[in-house]
Amino acid sequence: MDKIKFATVWLAGCSGCHMSFLDLDEFLFDIAEAVDVVYSPVASDIKHYPDNVDVCLVEGAIANEENLELLLEVRKKTKFLISFGDCAVTANVPAMRNMLNGTDPVLKRCYLELSDDSGKIPKDARIVPELLEKVQPIHHIVDVDLFLPGCPPSAQRIKNAIAPLLKGEKPVMEGREMIKFG
Amino acid sequence: MSVHTLKIDGVDVAVESGTSILKAAQEAGVRIPTLCHLEGVSDVGACRLCLVEIKGNPNLVPSCITEVQEGMEVSTQTETLQEYRKMIVELLFAEGNHVCAICVANNNCELQDVAIEVGMDHTRFNYRFPEREVDLSHPQFGIDHNRCILCTRCVRVCAEIETAHVWNVAFRGAAAKIVSGLNQPWGEVDACTSCGKCVDACPTGSIFRKGSTTAEMVKDRSKVEFLSNAREKHQWTK
Ligand code: SF4
Ligand code: SF4
Ligand code: SF4
Ligand code: FES
Repeated sequence: MDKIKFATVWLAGCSGCHMSFLDLDEFLFDIAEAVDVVYSPVASDIKHYPDNVDVCLVEGAIANEENLELLLEVRKKTKFLISFGDCAVTANVPAMRNMLNGTDPVLKRCYLELSDDSGKIPKDARIVPELLEKVQPIHHIVDVDLFLPGCPPSAQRIKNAIAPLLKGEKPVMEGREMIKFG
Repeated sequence: MSVHTLKIDGVDVAVESGTSILKAAQEAGVRIPTLCHLEGVSDVGACRLCLVEIKGNPNLVPSCITEVQEGMEVSTQTETLQEYRKMIVELLFAEGNHVCAICVANNNCELQDVAIEVGMDHTRFNYRFPEREVDLSHPQFGIDHNRCILCTRCVRVCAEIETAHVWNVAFRGAAAKIVSGLNQPWGEVDACTSCGKCVDACPTGSIFRKGSTTAEMVKDRSKVEFLSNAREKHQWTK
């Protein structure tokens, strides 16, 4: 059997979900045996998201144009997309700026009011992606095949979700161990 | 007092007239999820999580405020009910600002508990992201309206058990809000005895004790039930 083409993506999140993924410890060897990591900020050095990915874990909410672009590309090229962690599932902490009336007050606060005097709002489309007006969970933009909540989901929860997938089965997402937010 | 006989999920149950369907179900060992219901204070039917089906009635009814009737046939676990319950919980999450990861009540929250119970792993509704306040004017407690689900448990426990009547619901529709006194900062309301009953009654992280950090809060919701039993039935021990 061909190896599963496996990817992980990091959008607007703190990378905690990826750290929790690394906490899988020796189970990572089992994963490595079953999959080819074709794209991942923690397990490969490939810059472009490839075609025909079987499974992808997406960490983070959609907060800027780059997040949005990558998510759309990921969805197009991935068979089974997993919304990975609370930022992806609920928009979580990144979305707390949504209650503050758009991006302007937030940018002003960060780059002008709190800066040492030479502050300016970074604006170079080639370097800094523009913030979107509203931060959104990923399933509000694309279809999601599995939700894996938690901030971050514990390594055990990640394992319980991934292990069945490696055998071509769907995990059972039920109960406090598998679906609690936070 | 007369006794009514009814069927709950096909099982015969006999209870006193005037009993709610929810109570009757509890006596029969049938679990119906609830949020606004709190043992020891009156029921108001605010959250609609306890909906049940009654044979011959096309409407779903809230079991906490519907009294049993002779010969009633109640279903509590149909597919329709399960779907609606899930939707209600999803709407509650989409309606306020629930960021569990940084909440004092994380792991000790009844909203989380029912989300798990109904199998909610995401909400399909758009989040509203309302602008809401936090009132920290009380020396011991705080209220964060971002996490309030308007169950009015605080209102009822303060009015009915502490009889201080500090809380009320003000405004209409999406602007509805729990207020202290005459919409004053909580710390300025003289009627508050600082008894902390509302803190224990609140099912979410909305009313909290100051100084508890994220996920550190522990609530004792049975306190209210104990107090009302002590007063009404003279049971002074737990
Ligand atoms: S009140 Fe409950 S559901 Fe709301 S943020 Fe806090 S822990 Fe989460
Ligand atoms: S502390 Fe006691 S008196 Fe004050 S608002 Fe809460 S329940 Fe009412
Ligand atoms: S503050 Fe707590 S107890 Fe009061 S209505 Fe809101 S959620 Fe319910
Ligand atoms: S528990 Fe019955 S409506 Fe809330």
